[in-house]
Amino acid sequence: MIPITKFRKLYFIFSGALIAASIFALAFWGLRLGIDFKGGSLLFGEFSQKTPSQEEILAIAKPLDLGELSVQPSGEREVILRFKEIDEAKHQQLLAGLNKMGGGFQEKSFESIGPSIGRELSANAFKAIALVLVLIVAYIAIAFRKVSRPLASWKYGVAALIALFHDVIIPLGLFAVLGRFYDIEISSGFIAAILTVLGYSVHDSIIVFDRIRENLIKHQGKSFDETIDKSVNQTFTRSLNTSLTVILVLLAIYFLGGESMKYIALVLMVGIGVGTYSSIFIGSTLLVSWSKFAMQKKRY
Amino acid sequence: MKFVTRFLSFIFIPKSARAKSAYLLLLIFIVALFAAAFSFPTYWDRYADKINSAARETGIPIVNRINIPHFYKLPFKLGLDLQGGAHLVYLADLLNTDPKDYAGSMSGLRNVIERRVNAFGVAEPNVQTGKVGGEYHLIVELAGVKDINQAIRMIGQTPFLEFKEERAKEETDKILEAQKNSEQLYEDPYFISTDLNGKYLKRSEVTFDPTTYKPVVNLQFDDDGSKLFEDITRRNIGKNVAIYLDGAPISVPRVNDAISGGKAIITGDFSVTEAKELVQRLNSGALPVAIKLISQQNVEASLGESAVQKSLKSGIYAIAIVAIFMILWYKIPGVLAVLALLAYTFLALALFKLMSVTLTLAGIVGFILSIGMAVDANILIFARMREESRLGKNAGQAVRDGFARAWPSIRDSNISTLLTCAVLYFFSASLVKGFAFTLALGVLISMFSAIFISRLLLEVLMSDKLSRFKFLWYR
Repeated sequence: MIPITKFRKLYFIFSGALIAASIFALAFWGLRLGIDFKGGSLLFGEFSQKTPSQEEILAIAKPLDLGELSVQPSGEREVILRFKEIDEAKHQQLLAGLNKMGGGFQEKSFESIGPSIGRELSANAFKAIALVLVLIVAYIAIAFRKVSRPLASWKYGVAALIALFHDVIIPLGLFAVLGRFYDIEISSGFIAAILTVLGYSVHDSIIVFDRIRENLIKHQGKSFDETIDKSVNQTFTRSLNTSLTVILVLLAIYFLGGESMKYIALVLMVGIGVGTYSSIFIGSTLLVSWSKFAMQKKRY
Repeated sequence: MKFVTRFLSFIFIPKSARAKSAYLLLLIFIVALFAAAFSFPTYWDRYADKINSAARETGIPIVNRINIPHFYKLPFKLGLDLQGGAHLVYLADLLNTDPKDYAGSMSGLRNVIERRVNAFGVAEPNVQTGKVGGEYHLIVELAGVKDINQAIRMIGQTPFLEFKEERAKEETDKILEAQKNSEQLYEDPYFISTDLNGKYLKRSEVTFDPTTYKPVVNLQFDDDGSKLFEDITRRNIGKNVAIYLDGAPISVPRVNDAISGGKAIITGDFSVTEAKELVQRLNSGALPVAIKLISQQNVEASLGESAVQKSLKSGIYAIAIVAIFMILWYKIPGVLAVLALLAYTFLALALFKLMSVTLTLAGIVGFILSIGMAVDANILIFARMREESRLGKNAGQAVRDGFARAWPSIRDSNISTLLTCAVLYFFSASLVKGFAFTLALGVLISMFSAIFISRLLLEVLMSDKLSRFKFLWYR
């Protein structure tokens, strides 16, 4: 049996540092919002003959007053243009301009989203996250209502929530860094991925806590520490194996699934990876620290 | 000989619980096979053809009559991002509309746009109205439309047909004089509007002029329009009458005689396509409220096709990697879990077809993710089974207890995923909806496959004889 709870301070320091770094990145750089959220246009196209330089494309687009314009090459012959929201007439002017460059331009996809739609999406995303949190805490409180010694059942809910915060804040921080240094934007798919991580994190915590609940009822282990060590050890292989299968699947999507799904797979991978770590090293060890703290308080 | 009779009686007289499980399993196997053929009918057809021709070549009387029919084909319903197409969001301008009539105006708008959109020949155009905050939106989805820009033009245009007659000479001079001084600039100096316009139009069609072979547009007015047209032509004999479309003259014929019966011909200088477009627009009618395009998403069909290929590839690799992992780690139970996973994949795909679930890229990712999650239940069960057998229980007991003990964890964790999916489905944009729906459906079917199918497999295969070889079952 691996004495997992013994080194809990080490995990707390490690996770604390990661969380602090993520909060720092989010506070100072923030997430780079895609056009789904703030409105704007994204044109993706391919030059079949020869690809003009970024400067040449900028020179074509400049006179059209497209606001803050960025041209990003993608692959050998593909380009992504980002600019402000435009109407169809301007879109056609831009296409005509790109066609005149003689590189055999072909538009592959075009998105232009008004700011009001973006606002709606952000508002809904917040509503969705809040609702999921409430539902999950309620569910844990109900599922663990029979366990009250040595810790009250709501404390399991709180420990699961802390693990959940840990699992969500780290991928968010990572994307703040990616947005700052690699211009990677978040889309509505990102919200879906974060919410899935949220569900998965709780799913993982529940399975460990389930075991703790069972062992407490059966009076396995001499002390609370030992019961928790035993429970974590029993679920250890399962946690690793499950995450491993899901991460293997996500790796397949990351490498083969194409550009648009790549970053959704990355969020899920990081979130699920961190979630597995936290379900083993953070969620249950928090329960131990909490019970120790409560006992000390009683003694004095 | 004794072995054969025992085997036959085992098959045909299901006495033991194990034999009953075997029959149930056979049934599931057949259903899964049909689901697979239903999901990928071209493969079924290919093998059916091979078997048929091989059977014919044998020349054996009954065998050579074997003719396996081709499988029923139902295509997957692909979203815009996978088959190419346009997603357009219009803002309806309801400033001049009474709030009481908002709903009526919006449904009127929807009907007109639907008529216009139907003219594009898109398989299933989808036109919806929606309210976002205080704004009224019209959402148009055109899957597989070839020329998106053309489509946008045709949807947005408001055809306004007008008949105008000549002004009196003095009036023309007066307006021209005023325009020299930059006044009355928006007044047409030569023609003045009559009461006759596109509202009175019953029908229009393209025909060809018998002498010049040029396309002309025939107009048929309704009763009121016919009367108006007769009046106009009567009082303008020998003069010009102008036909204006969207504020510009398209044809200015001279009137020779009063025309009754409400038939008019526009002999503008049209090409055939232009004439057809005009007729389409006139027939689909004017919009009851003005609309403005505020958001569009266009995807080229080729891009969608490569997305389908890529996600198919990643799905196949995902299944293969999970299968290798499960078999290496869990040995025979791993093989059984992979069989259950394959059954799961085919059943889920067949269900997507049957329920005509619209598959988007995000939806496929949700489904592939559910493949990873589907094995989670099996991992939980197998880990538990191993623990139970270490406590000294026999094979059958370990299977039963393993399933029973693992169940609460499987239930609780899947419920938390389903809760998340439900929230995602009801609170978010269409992209995320597809993801939530397929993930939820996947989780539900995987509960069936991972628990029911793999349990049956274990019960049938884990006889006391086989379970003696512990190294095959446990690490």
